[in-house]
Amino acid sequence: MIRFSDVSFTYDGADHPTLSHVDLSIDEGELCLVVGQTGSGKTTLLRAINGLVPHFTGGHLGGEVRVGGRSTRDFPPRELADLVGVVGQNPATSFVTDTVEDELAYTMENLGIAPDAMRRRVEDTLDLLGLHELRNRPLTALSGGQQQRVAIGAVLSASPRVLVLDEPTSALDPAAAEEVLASLTRLVHDVGMTVVLAEHRLERVIPFADRVVLVPGDGAPLVVGSTADIMATSPVAPPLVELARLAGWSPVPLSVRDARRLAGPLRQRLAGAPLPGTSAAVGGAVVGADATPVVRVARASVHYGPVVALDHASVELGAGEVVALMGRNGSGKSTLLAQLAGLRSPSEGRVTVAGKPPTDLPARKLITVVGLVPQDAGALLYGETVADECSTADRETGLDPGTTASMLDEVLPGMPQNRHPRDLSEGQRLALALAIVLAPGPSVVLLDEPTRGLDYPSKERLVMVLRKLAADGDCVLVATHDVELAAQVATRVVVLAEGEVVADGPARDVVCHSPVFAPQVAKVLAPEPWLTVDEVRVALGGRRRDQ
Amino acid sequence: MTRRSTPSGRRGLHPAAWWLWAACLAGAATRTTNPILLALIAVVAAFVVSARRTAAPWSRSIVFFFRMGVVVIVVRVVVQVIFGDRLPGHVLFTLPQVPLPSWAAGVSIGGQVTAESVIEAAVDGLRLAVILICFGAANSLASPYRLLRCLPAILYEAGVAVTVSLAFAPEVVMAIAAVRDARRLRGRPTRGVAGLRGMAIPVLESALDRSLQLASSMDARGYGRRVAVPSGTRRLGAGSTAVGLLLIMAGVYGLLDTGSLPAGGVPFVAVGAVLVGVGMAAGGRRTDRTRYRPDLWRTAEWLVVGSGAVALASLIAAGVTGVSGLQLVVTPLRFPQLPLVPMVGVLVGLLPAVAAPAPPTFATIRHRPPVVDGRPEPVGPADAVPSAVAVESAVAVESAVAVESAEPVEGSRA
Repeated sequence: MIRFSDVSFTYDGADHPTLSHVDLSIDEGELCLVVGQTGSGKTTLLRAINGLVPHFTGGHLGGEVRVGGRSTRDFPPRELADLVGVVGQNPATSFVTDTVEDELAYTMENLGIAPDAMRRRVEDTLDLLGLHELRNRPLTALSGGQQQRVAIGAVLSASPRVLVLDEPTSALDPAAAEEVLASLTRLVHDVGMTVVLAEHRLERVIPFADRVVLVPGDGAPLVVGSTADIMATSPVAPPLVELARLAGWSPVPLSVRDARRLAGPLRQRLAGAPLPGTSAAVGGAVVGADATPVVRVARASVHYGPVVALDHASVELGAGEVVALMGRNGSGKSTLLAQLAGLRSPSEGRVTVAGKPPTDLPARKLITVVGLVPQDAGALLYGETVADECSTADRETGLDPGTTASMLDEVLPGMPQNRHPRDLSEGQRLALALAIVLAPGPSVVLLDEPTRGLDYPSKERLVMVLRKLAADGDCVLVATHDVELAAQVATRVVVLAEGEVVADGPARDVVCHSPVFAPQVAKVLAPEPWLTVDEVRVALGGRRRDQ
Repeated sequence: MTRRSTPSGRRGLHPAAWWLWAACLAGAATRTTNPILLALIAVVAAFVVSARRTAAPWSRSIVFFFRMGVVVIVVRVVVQVIFGDRLPGHVLFTLPQVPLPSWAAGVSIGGQVTAESVIEAAVDGLRLAVILICFGAANSLASPYRLLRCLPAILYEAGVAVTVSLAFAPEVVMAIAAVRDARRLRGRPTRGVAGLRGMAIPVLESALDRSLQLASSMDARGYGRRVAVPSGTRRLGAGSTAVGLLLIMAGVYGLLDTGSLPAGGVPFVAVGAVLVGVGMAAGGRRTDRTRYRPDLWRTAEWLVVGSGAVALASLIAAGVTGVSGLQLVVTPLRFPQLPLVPMVGVLVGLLPAVAAPAPPTFATIRHRPPVVDGRPEPVGPADAVPSAVAVESAVAVESAVAVESAEPVEGSRA
């Protein structure tokens, strides 16, 4: 169905090729997973399938990409639209029309499909992706998960034979992600659609994939193989695979179900082992149970017009705590963070940070009390180079020259100083934004969805930084959909639903008892309440990997 | 209650009907300088917008146009005070005068400022402001994208540019909000000159970035696909459009300058229009686009456009028949008259507030779930609205809106 023959691609002005001599063939009805670190060329590979690379990006493409017999050399993306549907990383930027229904029909209109057939297919797509209740909504009024489903529906409705998705679940909560992946599997099995998808959160997609394409980056040759083969040796692996390697299971189980069937002996061995207090306590952090609260949110409500984003929510956070804020898309997590960071004030109730409402503080003072890394870390950056960004941050916030640069060195050593922030990888960008936020020394650090688009090594790095912050007595609040991150780093988990706090307690208690928020290790080892591979490794007498 | 399947019920009024109605009101505003009539037109436009706008983001643009209107009036008055014509009359105050050379006759800087000249300038500004508000009303009521869909196929050529530019303004607004937040998070000023400095580049950068992504998304989704058409047809399309437009241009010249062309240029215009029509039809065959649930033109559309036409016609008729009070008289200064016929005519422009179908909308009401056994019943699907707002079906919402606004929503849903 898709055939790359000796494809090399170099962006304009780049000194080395992003893809070099790629030979790859993907058959009809296959679900192919593309993995690799950020900046390794995954997105380039995906966008070459329908010719967006090089027709829209410029650059030089050698070799040939053929899809369904058509070469992207002769057919621009618009002439391949009936064959290939592409869903980009950020669905909101791909919307052309303004309501859900029009968006679903847009591709079909361009393809000239008869009106009555179009009508039927729109209805089918609405049902397939559970969008029928949203059909008249303006696209801007949708939550992230809904937007993602509309973007997928918008290309699906034209019934392409190939579907290309770039990180389709990165913005979704665990339940919504499962829903989207389930619809994709159904398409592969029922209509034989070919699906190519790139994803960092392997734990979510591994069970569905037929084959894995590992893009090592820097133009090194691709590694292609069946999911189990690749996972047995891959440097990037989900917790399930790590656990399998630790326990010596072979073949490597790819789903929780397979793992549970093999996990009987392991569960028995662990039954008597002492549980660590909390995962962060093992990392040396102070547990903030009896500390005086630094952050107080007392019955705070926030309304956006008729929409209630936060509904009498009350939370207290103490020094030395790492709290994970979880909940489905649009449950009020970002709103709560915006309150704490002093960007908005509550419609009702009271929010105080270190005894004062953050909105009362002038910007200069505020950043020494509370720091927020927003969902799109790049939004904080607008310098020309990394070095320029650091020195501007020092100058504008009145810090000693070099403070931000040394903070950056602590967060992620060896950053390329002369690169433009836009050309950094996702992990590097996050590190730079984090360093800028941490430099003035805030005692409360807020992160909104920090692991979006982050590969496993960058995630490990982030976990260590957050643990260190907590150990130094800072209060850390992380809003996240990433259950594995929460399991690794959080001392406490707060769950929001429809703007209300529905759960607040020690991480182990909250996540282990939730079918949605439980990490893979907990699912495999239930009823034993283990959360991470590291805990199991320590219990079995091994050494923690991150020490 | 069963769901009515009338497209106008589902989708609101045809966008072209809103634009024609607004254009008629704007046209009416150009025919008068009576401030009461002008204010009345603005009120009519604003009332209809508040009654029939959707929850979509563009429906808030009328506020922006109102603000712009105020700016226009202020600028017009300031310019008049400094440079304007010196009408004789009640002197309000005197500005120091700058002597100008004799060739600059008719222009003055400073001097006596009279109440008459200020009022005349203010009313002049008001007229422009009202025209702006009328266009703001059309912008708020009709989705720009749906208006674009009504264009004939050949004009779709310009569609990428138009779609991208339509998306640009909201992108800029969103980018400004994001950059402001980011600046506050980095401890930089967000207000005043210092706040403005350094915001322009990131805002434009991100908005342009998103525009490019939009263009690539349109391409990837088949926009601008071509059907193979014989080159003869293609040349016929382009050639006949070009010749037709030239003829129309010549004909209009003839219409304005009587005697320069035979029969006042009317034949030129007619032949030109036919040629343009042929060209569009030939050019349209190059794309095989179809339309999903096209907007229909029904009784409601006729009523809306008709009400605008009545408003315009009443003012034109009053002007032709010489009804007094249509134009503001500043010498002598007195309170403007209230001409009855134009006033009633303008008020007819309110008709769309009831004649147009209620816009399809989503939950606008905070819905508390019924409490059963002390536990609230779950409402809405898992991935619902970002809040406790229950997602309601279009049917339920339609009825809820009907109750809330206590206005007949049936209108002319034929």
